[in-house]
Amino acid sequence: MTTASATTRPEPVLELQGVRKAYPGPVEVLRGVELTIQTGELLGIVGPSGSGKSTLLHIMGTLEQPTSGTVRIEGHDVTALGDKELSALRSRSIGFVFQQFFLLDGMTAVDNVANGVLYTGTSNARRRALAAEALDRVGLGHRLGHVPASLSGGERQRVAIARALLGRPAIVLADEPTGNLDSHSSAEIVALLHELHAAGATIAVVTHDHEVAAELPRRVQVRDGLVERDVRVGSPAGARA
Amino acid sequence: MSTRLAPSRLHAGDVLRVGGIGLRTRRLRAALSALGIAIGIAAMVGVLGLSESSKADLLDQLDRLGTNLLTVAPGQTLGGEDSSLPEKAEAMIGRIGPVQEVASVGTVDATVRRSPFIPEDETGGLAVRPATTNLLPTLGGTVRDGKFLDAATERHPTAVLGSVAAQRLGVTEVDGRRQVWIGDEWFTVIGILDPVQLAAGLDRSVMIGYPVAIQELGAERNASTVYVRSATDQVAAVRGVLGRTANPEDPEEVEVSQPSDALVARAAATSAFTSLFLGLGAVALLVGGVGIANVMVISVLERRSEIGLRRALGATRTHVAVQFLSESLLLSAIGGAGGVLLGAAVTAAYAAARGWQIVLPTAGLAGGLAAALLIGAIAGLYPAMRAARLAPTEALRSV
Repeated sequence: MTTASATTRPEPVLELQGVRKAYPGPVEVLRGVELTIQTGELLGIVGPSGSGKSTLLHIMGTLEQPTSGTVRIEGHDVTALGDKELSALRSRSIGFVFQQFFLLDGMTAVDNVANGVLYTGTSNARRRALAAEALDRVGLGHRLGHVPASLSGGERQRVAIARALLGRPAIVLADEPTGNLDSHSSAEIVALLHELHAAGATIAVVTHDHEVAAELPRRVQVRDGLVERDVRVGSPAGARA
Repeated sequence: MSTRLAPSRLHAGDVLRVGGIGLRTRRLRAALSALGIAIGIAAMVGVLGLSESSKADLLDQLDRLGTNLLTVAPGQTLGGEDSSLPEKAEAMIGRIGPVQEVASVGTVDATVRRSPFIPEDETGGLAVRPATTNLLPTLGGTVRDGKFLDAATERHPTAVLGSVAAQRLGVTEVDGRRQVWIGDEWFTVIGILDPVQLAAGLDRSVMIGYPVAIQELGAERNASTVYVRSATDQVAAVRGVLGRTANPEDPEEVEVSQPSDALVARAAATSAFTSLFLGLGAVALLVGGVGIANVMVISVLERRSEIGLRRALGATRTHVAVQFLSESLLLSAIGGAGGVLLGAAVTAAYAAARGWQIVLPTAGLAGGLAAALLIGAIAGLYPAMRAARLAPTEALRSV
């Protein structure tokens, strides 16, 4: 897609236009969401439970297709892609971080992280080497051989974040990453996200925790299936009503 | 910037690695469901191995004993009375071209006892039979101890005991002093036979020479059974003329039989039982397969979040299906390999205990493994499809 604006804006990583999502029954969870995310952004998608923010994140991550509207990730129109192409997109362009971590019990931290590029055809040795580096970056270089059961909640989430970032995806989508953590671990995870953002990662965080959201440079407020407010802190030009 | 999407890929080695996760994390369950398959395969391999081994043993016996032995015995007259063979029968048979050897045993009206103090009617089921000196080589029999009758000993009161007869008479070895009471006279034991496969009746007999039987016990020279060895490719022809040759006047009163037929029949009977047990093994295998399918369905239910995670990591539906299918195949391969080993071990142990040669049919072993894999594939198919059909968001929501 090309933008015909005077200023040569970079290609957005992710672009939602008129995204609607209805489930069987008279429930319309999303009612025309417009959202553009540029490379290098760190944004929070906030809203009360039931506002549709989880569905929004699933659609952004191609785990679900919208009922109508378009979703573009790195220029690819997601709604036109089949299972194979969507999987390919997820394997290389999107990283996920979940509230429940979703680490595999029988595997060590390094193997769990290595799974981040399992489906890209990278060799096992290379995966593990990358994973060890990634764990080192999130401060778990000393926990490579630990299984999830012997890690604290905060450590587990850091493993999950290392996994999401392993393939250097265009965007990392984090679904309530601090939802299962105590306030201390939670602060650590938020600090880590800021750190990774500073290093160049594009990260979207879905959260209902206002404290977490307050620290993020861009906040997208969702209510009743619509974007209510989109605020950029310290960048007034980007602020919109 | 419509860069082409590089497709998701999973290397063959990673398929195995991923397929093995479920087994490594749930070892007991994996072991138990593999055991189901192992029992089925072991049963089938064991049945095949044992029947092959026993058949090989029978064929070996046939080879050793030969299929070219015919027996000629008197049948019944038209009036229903017992007939007898003419005195010259043996000599006549010996003149048939392809006949290589002729031996015979006769009858004598005497009993054998340990000593004269034992009542005459306590024969222990033993018979006294005059025999020609070439009887043993003709039948392919062997002497356990001592030696068989020869031109010298057949004229004197000497006796050779069949294997059962020796037991009943309490004779365990030949020392040249041991005697048995036959008719009204002591006979010295000069030999004890091994069981005679082609003429089991001789095991319960005490053999003495024709001359001594005729002189001392008043026997006739008429043979009661004539054993005929002929050229192997002429057996049928010889069989056709034996009746007429043995008793030219009443050929229909002669019964001709081929003792090796019994062994052939036993080999055939073994095959029939094999099919039956093979069927039972197949049922066990089927039950094992159902067990694997059951475990796989449960596994898919339990691991919904893992499936969701893998889809989020870029696994296609096919990758998910392949993962669960390979898990099922691994499970059945482990069970199959264990079953093949177990079945082979049982075969080897049983065959060794029976003194058979150990025959492990490679077709059976390979077939067992193949059957296990086939069962695993079928059992894994439905759970794999189910896992693949699971929508990613549904899978992730389930926790």
